[in-house]
Amino acid sequence: MQSRERMDKRITNGIALGVIWLAALATVGALGTILLYVVVNGIGQLTPAFIFGWPHGVNMDGGIWPTIQATLYVTALAMLITTPIAVLAAVYLAEYAVQGRLVSTIRFAADSLASVPSIVMGLFGLSLFVEGIGMGFSVLAAALALSFLLLPIIVRTTEESIRAVPKYIRWGSYGLGASKWQTVSRIVLPSALPRITTGVILAAGRAAGETAVVIYTMGTMINAPVSPLDPGRTMPVHLMLMAQEGINMPAAYGTALLLVLMVLGFNLTARYIGRRNRRMQG
Amino acid sequence: MSDKLASHFMAPKAGPAHDHGDKFKVEKLDFFYGKFNALTDITVDIKRHAVTAFIGPSGCGKSTFLRCLNRMNDLIPGTRVEGKITLDGNDIYAPGVDPVDLRRRVGMIFQQPNPFPMSIYDNVAYGPKLHGVRKKSELDGIVEESLKRANVWKEVKDIMGRGGLTLSGGQQQRLCIARVLAVEPEVLLMDEPCSAIDPTSVQKVEDLMAELKDRITIVIVTHNMQQAARVSDYTAFFLQELAGEPAHLIEYDRTASLFTTPKDRRTEDYITGRFG
Repeated sequence: MQSRERMDKRITNGIALGVIWLAALATVGALGTILLYVVVNGIGQLTPAFIFGWPHGVNMDGGIWPTIQATLYVTALAMLITTPIAVLAAVYLAEYAVQGRLVSTIRFAADSLASVPSIVMGLFGLSLFVEGIGMGFSVLAAALALSFLLLPIIVRTTEESIRAVPKYIRWGSYGLGASKWQTVSRIVLPSALPRITTGVILAAGRAAGETAVVIYTMGTMINAPVSPLDPGRTMPVHLMLMAQEGINMPAAYGTALLLVLMVLGFNLTARYIGRRNRRMQG
Repeated sequence: MSDKLASHFMAPKAGPAHDHGDKFKVEKLDFFYGKFNALTDITVDIKRHAVTAFIGPSGCGKSTFLRCLNRMNDLIPGTRVEGKITLDGNDIYAPGVDPVDLRRRVGMIFQQPNPFPMSIYDNVAYGPKLHGVRKKSELDGIVEESLKRANVWKEVKDIMGRGGLTLSGGQQQRLCIARVLAVEPEVLLMDEPCSAIDPTSVQKVEDLMAELKDRITIVIVTHNMQQAARVSDYTAFFLQELAGEPAHLIEYDRTASLFTTPKDRRTEDYITGRFG
């Protein structure tokens, strides 16, 4: 009897382990398959002429430089607009707000905002910024619409970073006669900065890859934007249009590969910052 | 040495060794965590330029009481104080008293060493900078003097740029003491400062307490009765007799008297190790 029970335990344990292992493998496998597929199809395109050239002709031959410039521009502008607001809002939520109904409502609103489909954000940006305020299709309108998407993400990651700063470190500061703001600005935020930075960089990756929001707010015109009021076509939009029409699949895969590399670069930077800091503080 | 520090060090010393005035006067203090009455009817005078130890079993409210003395409990939501605490005759809970100013005068050391994630130098310079010291030469002087007074200068003088968190636990604790001394507090509250550090550092912390009490009033919470007997001039014994009931101050006396001829039976039971 006893030995049978032990046998059963060993079998169930083995099965559980196998299932868990398969699930993990599927996750890694999914990422690996996608990467491999994009790399195999796109690597042939990655020439300096493709990266730094302009597209020409109806088949979009040549390069994709203006879409790279538009992507970097709108991402940078969106981060510039969103980060200060999001960080200050998170400081308020984590440090100043009296924890209660109001704060949990704000937090719920932020979570809900984060789950609004991005196409809806695009539509909203179109009617408010592009048409309502009259910005027209522009980098600025797209950056503002993107900021709606990014705000809740950065607020939540920042809030969690701030909360992760140990209470006894704050008390050390208060114990020296520091005011709340002195403690927040000189001790809490610097301690939380690496985690905040990680969150911001991950959000930047999200913005760079966003399609639905920018297509309705920045348009599809191939243009290397200089002024924030210039229109432009980002890499994801370029990719979508080319693939949709099937006009130039090699260029579409080349764009996809560059986009993936860019976002991967953001993620690796975020990891590096997180790790370096753990070493410094440990 | 800076002028600010110089004036501090040349402050008149305490009167004759056995004639300490009162730094704090606590009258009929009750403390509440929400509805829970954690401490009741605490009346005690804390002597200037002496070391006062708070002893008692875990959960007897001695750390809570310590945090009343610099209003650190204000940072915990839902806490409330009744009764009166005066520092040099002034009510510290009176409206208009800024707890931020109070905490500069009444510094605190915690059980867990808590250096900031910055260099050793910046840890000590943090407080003076908060309070407006800007000149590099002046900061250098304060940092060196504070680290010397905290008995940690020799160990860190060549590695001032290194992160405070890279030091050993005992060194971290003395760094934290230096950090507090750098803002020239009149009182130093120490909440079990030695319970998380190595024996060599414990010795150094006890030594520095003896050196500091000429100029600073020290209050220490400790679990270690031998430590209380070694370092303190006065001892207060706290006890919560029943779970859910508030804790009381059972006995308060000169340390020598309390440990040799306790007046209360419960004090005697505790110091002879019959409970706690």
